[in-house]
Amino acid sequence: MRRYLPFIIIAAVGLLTVTGGAFLYHAKRPAMPIVPKDRPANTADLIHSLGPVDAAVTLEEYGDFQCPPCGALSEPLAQMSRDFPQLRILFKNFPLAMHQHANEAALAAEAAGLQGHFWKMHDLLYREQGVWSKAPDTRGLFNAYAAMIKCNVDRFKKDMASEQVSARVAAEQKEGSKLGVTNTPTIFINNTAVAPASLNPKDLRTAVEAALKQAKPSAGK
Amino acid sequence: MDSADTRSNNTSRATVIIHILAACIALVGLTEASYLTVLALTGETAVCGGSAGCFQVLGSSYAKIGRMPVAGFGAAAYFSVFSFATLAAFGYPRARKFLGVTISLMFLFTLWLLGVQAFLLHAFCRYCLVSAALVFLLSGLVVATPPRQE
Repeated sequence: MRRYLPFIIIAAVGLLTVTGGAFLYHAKRPAMPIVPKDRPANTADLIHSLGPVDAAVTLEEYGDFQCPPCGALSEPLAQMSRDFPQLRILFKNFPLAMHQHANEAALAAEAAGLQGHFWKMHDLLYREQGVWSKAPDTRGLFNAYAAMIKCNVDRFKKDMASEQVSARVAAEQKEGSKLGVTNTPTIFINNTAVAPASLNPKDLRTAVEAALKQAKPSAGK
Repeated sequence: MDSADTRSNNTSRATVIIHILAACIALVGLTEASYLTVLALTGETAVCGGSAGCFQVLGSSYAKIGRMPVAGFGAAAYFSVFSFATLAAFGYPRARKFLGVTISLMFLFTLWLLGVQAFLLHAFCRYCLVSAALVFLLSGLVVATPPRQE
């Protein structure tokens, strides 16, 4: 018996690990947000979008400017928007409470948006994420970013503190919560949530290509 | 003669204790690495909002080899260490050699991962640091194991 004891111990630990892992996997598998069928179309003027309004495929992102995975997807999504003329990309704010400056960054992007520079600020915030995320006070940096993208800084400052801008961020956050968004990035392609494990440039590109083919066989690149 | 036997017995008892300790440390590492593997497979490390912190490291391209999370390889390595340490504690002589080789490889890989966090990502993940500490402990145990009495 003693001869087999170590093998029994090893097999038991192996079995326990696999069983425990499988149990944890099922417990941790995230509930996918579901878009109700009667949801109004994203056609409002205030929605930040890239690509044509009548595009065959819509990719909708709920993002947080202080979230590193959102930052990692920012450039690949911009590239996809350039590569696929039939793709429309929407960005909606979903600043997470766990990120100290995320809400302020969302306000900065919205304030820049009021001067027609939302996407420039969006790209700059993600590019400089490592800098402002660690700063104790971001106001000065955001003002400098506004100046860099040729915003009127005085107006930017006023807008950042305005009720209109904070109400807009809050509304998008509320809309996301209603859909079941809890993490960022959360991405919907034609109103279907993308699984978190597929939130990488390669899988997203494949999903967009598949959606383009499905929508209209000639729409894909 | 008596004194030689006693020394030999003490040495072998110390070796067994060291191997049992190594197996226990490997179990802790196996639990942690398995947990991280599950987080990576469910996609929790690819998003913000699930578990606190660590996204910069665990969500980076360095956290995967192909499509397999690095934590999965870590879990396999810890399981190997556990197996070899258990077999060595039960007196299987070749297991001791494999244990040394596996821990040496883990030590080198841990140095690489720490370098990636410090110099490429400029961020540290607590889970990874705990795992590094476990590997350093295992390496210390390998060094402390008395040489085999022929």
